[in-house]
Amino acid sequence: MKILVALKRVADPANHNKVKIPATGEKIDTAGLEWQINPFDLYALETALRLTEDGKAPKTRLGEVVAVTLGPAETETNLRSALATGADRAIRVDTTDDALDGRLVAAALQKLVEEEKPDLVLMGKQVVDGENNYVGQALAELLDWPMATFAATIKEEAGGLLVGREVDGGVCTLRVKFPAVVTVDLRIVSPDSVRSSKTAEGFKYPYEEVRFAPLPAIMQAKKKPLAVKKLADLVGGATLSSKYVKFEAPPARKAGVKVKDVAELVQKLATEAKAI
Amino acid sequence: MADILVVAELTAEGKVRKTTHSAITMAKLAQPALGGSFSILVLGPSAKAAAAELTGFGAAKVLACEDQSLANYVAEHYAPTVAAVGKAFGLVVACASSFGKDLMPRVAAKLDAAYAGDCSGVSVNGTKVVFKRPMFAGNAFGHVELGTAIQVATARQSEFEPAAPSGGSSPIEAVAKVAPGAAASRVEFVSLEAVKSARPDLGEAGVVVAGGRALKEKFFDVLNPLADTLSAAIGASRAACDAGYAPGDLQVGQTGKIVAPGLYFAIGISGAIQHIAGMKGSKTIVAINKDAEAPIFQLSDYGLVADLFQAVPALVEDLKKHKAQKG
Repeated sequence: MKILVALKRVADPANHNKVKIPATGEKIDTAGLEWQINPFDLYALETALRLTEDGKAPKTRLGEVVAVTLGPAETETNLRSALATGADRAIRVDTTDDALDGRLVAAALQKLVEEEKPDLVLMGKQVVDGENNYVGQALAELLDWPMATFAATIKEEAGGLLVGREVDGGVCTLRVKFPAVVTVDLRIVSPDSVRSSKTAEGFKYPYEEVRFAPLPAIMQAKKKPLAVKKLADLVGGATLSSKYVKFEAPPARKAGVKVKDVAELVQKLATEAKAI
Repeated sequence: MADILVVAELTAEGKVRKTTHSAITMAKLAQPALGGSFSILVLGPSAKAAAAELTGFGAAKVLACEDQSLANYVAEHYAPTVAAVGKAFGLVVACASSFGKDLMPRVAAKLDAAYAGDCSGVSVNGTKVVFKRPMFAGNAFGHVELGTAIQVATARQSEFEPAAPSGGSSPIEAVAKVAPGAAASRVEFVSLEAVKSARPDLGEAGVVVAGGRALKEKFFDVLNPLADTLSAAIGASRAACDAGYAPGDLQVGQTGKIVAPGLYFAIGISGAIQHIAGMKGSKTIVAINKDAEAPIFQLSDYGLVADLFQAVPALVEDLKKHKAQKG
């Protein structure tokens, strides 16, 4: 199986409450926050590795995993870390964050997919900065491929995947045939949520969330192929169609009072907040 | 001048979901910019009956695509019809439920439309619709204008009051299902395992009682009596879901459900920013935690530093007494 994983770098999600917005509202300033791979995209990479291996022997890759990102030269750090974790090669589409919107990303990925011809495209269900939840579904439509969004479980079958999706009020299971696009949700990284055709039933991965690259792999990753492409070569002269005219900070919520016991809590809820 | 199309969402039983009413509100707020009317599109095996539920909201038309092959929602089967109908409109909207989030980007791509997902507000700038979107786990809002001939957007349910019936009787018009493309032949609906609950829907409840990992295996033993007393929905932190104490669909947070009830109880929840992003719009927030330094106390209206295994049962007793006195 050949899998293309789309990754985006985001400012450290654990410190999103430290972003600054100038009074003029022209940008969201993430200065001082470390760049990381979007957590959901990291989960997609882990999913791709699990689908191309026997869980018992994760060092042997039984398929090909290609990591892709769109961004400036610094994003090669993120691609190298994906290579160290197990991806076979990487592609960077040279551009800057403010030159992109969802439509351009989807259009660029469409061209890359047409060149690479993977069986499966994996990515996070959303990026945690822009939170638009768009690119995976849009890419599937542009390619006229089936999709499964918000995947919490994946089982490989002959010619496709059985995907359990987290939806409002329950779990929806879809069967998709290759080639397909799958976007992953949080619980895809549970120890037994992804199973390739080579991995034994009942196998559980012995770690939480995602694997880490051992030091020798980090050294080896420097030798793995990393190609660079120009955005214009993929999308021609296409321009931005989403224009952010202003950003603002949310109204601050002030800390309230501490109550001494349950009786005072009930009294305040009844008389002050009038909430019960 | 352009018209707006609202894509309705139905329950598995074929009734109109309340999410639809939030999408109608979004359409009404955007109307002054585009200057036209709005219509509603209903898809499903009993679309005509459901359409009849939507004739009193002021829509120019309620369009019903009734087809047995639409029995179980699959985006690849719905998107071609939504896009074909949507072509005649300037803006196509739905609620940002898992249905809208799955379907609408696909529709947007088919219409070559720009997309604003999970919006928390809409304003009008002359003839432009300006969509307000939460970003960075609710730590920033972006105001975005879409530059394509057709625009597509989804509404965060908790931020748009459900539209109330305004009288009148919109005509119902049948529309035919558009044959799906190659993608649809390679996807098959297998099952929908709905979690049956007598409690109100998490996204719609007036009171939410949410618990964290500290509750351990006693998660429901502790929270059920409190939720019963308050007729509340139960929510959970990501940590509680990941640890298996609560099912994933109860997760409140940036990547789970976004809720904004009148009253929110955070019980044994420390207040990670991803959790706060999912509940900080609540009117009154109560936090119970034994750690006095927990970040959740920085945004709660009422904080109680206590052992929750003692405080919650005591709270249930006091609430029952209060209810009895109130009559």
